[in-house]
Amino acid sequence: MTTSVVTVAYIGAIILFILSLGGLSNPETSRRGNLYGMVGMTLAVVATILGPRVTAAGIPYIVAAMVVGGAIGLYAARTVQMTQMPELVALMHSLVGLAACLVGFASYVDTSIAFTGAEKVIHEVEIYLGILIGAVTFSGSLVAFGKLSGKIGGKPLLLPGRHWLNLVGLLVVVFFCREFILAKDVASGMTPLVVMTVIALLFGIHMVMAIGGADMPVVVSMLNSYSGWAAAATGFMLSNDLLIVVGALVGSSGAILSYIMCRAMNRNFISVIAGGFGTGGGAVVAKADGQPAGEVTSITAAETAELLREAKNVIIVPGYGMAVAQAQHTVFEITRVLREKGVNVRFGIHPVAGRMPGHMNVLLAEAKVPYDIVMEMDEINEDFPDTDVSMVIGANDIVNPSAQEDPGSPIAGMPVLEVWKARTSIVMKRSMASGYAGVDNPLFYKENNRMLFGDAKKMLDEVLAGLSK
Amino acid sequence: MSQLIGVPRETFAGEKRVATVPEVVEKLKKLGFRVMVEAGAGDAANFADDTYVAAGAQIAPDAAALWSTADIVFKARPPSADEVALMREGTTLVSFIWPAQNPDLMQKLAARKVTVLAIDALPRMLSRAQKMDALTSMAGISGYRAVIEAANAFGRFFNGQITAAGKVPPAKVFIAGAGVAGLAAIGTAANLGAIVRANDTRAEVADQVKSLGGEFVKVDYEEEGSGGGGYAKVMSEGFQKAQREMYAKQAAEADIIITTALIPGKPAPKLITADMVKTMKPGSVIVDMAGEQGGNCELTVPGEAVVRHGVTIVGYTDLVSRLAKQSSTLYATNLFRLAEELCKTKDGVINVNMEDDAIRGLTVIKDGTVTWPAPPITLPAPPPKPAAAAMPAAKSGGHGAGGEPMSAGSLAAVFGVGAALFLLVGLYAPAAFLGHFTVFVLACFVGYMVVWNVTPSLHTPLMSVTNAISSIIAIGALVQIAPPESGGGRPDEIIRWVAIVGIALTTINMFGGFAVTRRMLAMFRK
Repeated sequence: MTTSVVTVAYIGAIILFILSLGGLSNPETSRRGNLYGMVGMTLAVVATILGPRVTAAGIPYIVAAMVVGGAIGLYAARTVQMTQMPELVALMHSLVGLAACLVGFASYVDTSIAFTGAEKVIHEVEIYLGILIGAVTFSGSLVAFGKLSGKIGGKPLLLPGRHWLNLVGLLVVVFFCREFILAKDVASGMTPLVVMTVIALLFGIHMVMAIGGADMPVVVSMLNSYSGWAAAATGFMLSNDLLIVVGALVGSSGAILSYIMCRAMNRNFISVIAGGFGTGGGAVVAKADGQPAGEVTSITAAETAELLREAKNVIIVPGYGMAVAQAQHTVFEITRVLREKGVNVRFGIHPVAGRMPGHMNVLLAEAKVPYDIVMEMDEINEDFPDTDVSMVIGANDIVNPSAQEDPGSPIAGMPVLEVWKARTSIVMKRSMASGYAGVDNPLFYKENNRMLFGDAKKMLDEVLAGLSK
Repeated sequence: MSQLIGVPRETFAGEKRVATVPEVVEKLKKLGFRVMVEAGAGDAANFADDTYVAAGAQIAPDAAALWSTADIVFKARPPSADEVALMREGTTLVSFIWPAQNPDLMQKLAARKVTVLAIDALPRMLSRAQKMDALTSMAGISGYRAVIEAANAFGRFFNGQITAAGKVPPAKVFIAGAGVAGLAAIGTAANLGAIVRANDTRAEVADQVKSLGGEFVKVDYEEEGSGGGGYAKVMSEGFQKAQREMYAKQAAEADIIITTALIPGKPAPKLITADMVKTMKPGSVIVDMAGEQGGNCELTVPGEAVVRHGVTIVGYTDLVSRLAKQSSTLYATNLFRLAEELCKTKDGVINVNMEDDAIRGLTVIKDGTVTWPAPPITLPAPPPKPAAAAMPAAKSGGHGAGGEPMSAGSLAAVFGVGAALFLLVGLYAPAAFLGHFTVFVLACFVGYMVVWNVTPSLHTPLMSVTNAISSIIAIGALVQIAPPESGGGRPDEIIRWVAIVGIALTTINMFGGFAVTRRMLAMFRK
């Protein structure tokens, strides 16, 4: 294949990738979207291997590497639990980051690529940036993986003067960038490059460590974005438009997701990255008001079943607690029984419910809940006043009325699901502990609210037993 | 020693309720109380003695035996003189009392040195008290029953129908007074298919009327009629005139009028005059729920249904007893909630805690001393409403629209910064870079446009598919593995091994990412 044919193949791949993302606008077309992505990827890889930049000598190595990698990838995809999706995605981001670093280093030591003047400077800056972003993505994603899988505690780690630390790191990185560009040969340029990589790795760890569990959706989508920018930077480095385009697509996709997540929490991007939610005076202030203090009415599983059976409209609001308890299948069984009885059951999903964007949707889909009864917050919030029972399963901050009612609350202004407007709301919770934001929830004390204490899975099983009686 | 709750048979003529039901007996026992029910107490409400025994209650053969042993007595109607005579010192009575209307009864009770909790004296504005609010639960029942009585006396369907035998127009129902009873009546009548209109002097109930399917009819006069504590007050003369005109107009149009207007401690306002009744269509029905306080209609005969000028005027005063099973169950639950408040320790011994606002309000006689009326409760000032309205979260922010457009100033700033950056790039970057840069910027825009269309429910698949796509970085490693320029001082071995690792890593991503996305998407189904 000539260079021109390869270029044309790349254009085809680009179009397929765009169609692939476009297909995700709707569950109907999403499967085809994924297929476009696969075809595009195959086209790009095959065109590259057969193209002029790869000689026959390399093919055995390539095949061997791809067989090993592909086998591992397929195995992971088969065995992963749907509740572990956030971990898997985070781990995969780290692989992209690491690959970007490797390609960057390899490109730097490759003496066959020779530039002069401004082009050389730009090329070296590209290498530098590519490795920088790749390293941050790599270490940040690893920490995110650790946090999501519970290997590292979810609490934000806040070093004293952490913003200064980051600033110093940034200055050092800029300084070594200059050193790196001025370096005469590969050997002397290697030192600044390695130092920068180490700093970038530390920076990635530090950044994600400082972020609390509730902000994980933002972090995961942000790392998604970074892995895209890393690919784009590699594209600049190799003068490869395909990489640039795909990197930009992925990067902007992740950026948009981060933005949506931030908006769903009514926080700006910077404050999430700066980290430490609910660690300021917020929780203390809420307590001092003494506002939500009051009486909690508890309810048994049997009574819950009774309420559900007599309801006409039910909205279920799942949260991370449902994922932790692996209760989605029982939730589906309850939904099925109720729907057979003619009860209109729907789900209300908050954008940041769970640990990654769309986490709840995937879990419910896994449990075979039809997607047309799974509603977004904006679609369903107006329907709560006409709802008989709203059932909150393992969620807290996303249904906290103080976001609307108490301007002094740390989560004031965050859009929430207005479950308390239903005739009765039932909150399933293990105990009276507050949510990730550390804010007390006045919902629990509302007159029309009932608390169903206990493990979500066990309680839902009992509710289901009560319903099937 | 746990205390004994006694439930006597109601002695008032026509009263069919009973102050506890078997289901609640079980709950009271869980609080530690013992329960005794007079033989036959639940008969009129279809609760046989056996069912009480099965729930764990004792049965007292007669009233005297019950009153002499019970520590606490639950009743529905205020006690009669005979019953007061049976009371022993130190007993606690929980019942409707109406202390304002029954000063004699209050004197007699005080003389018996008992403690009396009047369920009608509950401070209703305490949200904590709502679960004990028997006035509300009883009013809801009578509102429902009023519609049923109206339907019974009315010679036509409530809902409009078009049948083979001709067209039936829907009944027009007008409801005067949208308190709890009025709202229940609105809901019931609307459910039966009637066209419902309602009026109340308190303008704030208009939304509640609408929410139940009624239409709120305004009196054409500016005055707010909320008299505190959720009750109405007496209105000015000008208002009353305007109100009369409105009622006259509604009476001429409506098939059914249900009146529920009551002002506490005053005779019921006469809303429907004899002249208005004359203008109504023959066969129309008026249900006057204020019969006990004299009635809202001039022609009402309390306790009876009469026909005047071709209009049936129902003045029953026992609407709740006509639904005895339901009203007993709700009343019993209200009293159980009260028992919970009185016995927080769950050891079957009550504590009439006068520090507690709700219990203070309820207690009209404490150990023989009249404590009614209770001092007004100073409620904490309602939280400032505008706070919620001023919240930025009010924006619904349907995504894709991207919220409001930016202000002209910040837009100009963004464009300014952008232009400066582009100028810098244009001044210093070589041509080859600019080509790639163009592609990059355009791709960012394409990504932005495409991704905004992704439905939020597919955000996880979006992330895993973009993740799979970002393994395109494999291309970078592929071209390094064995380029045509190999050899000639190039560190082939190092580059090759680094590239092989890179390829292996990205293929994990490539295959894993697409496969897991496929697996996820296959689960999304209708």
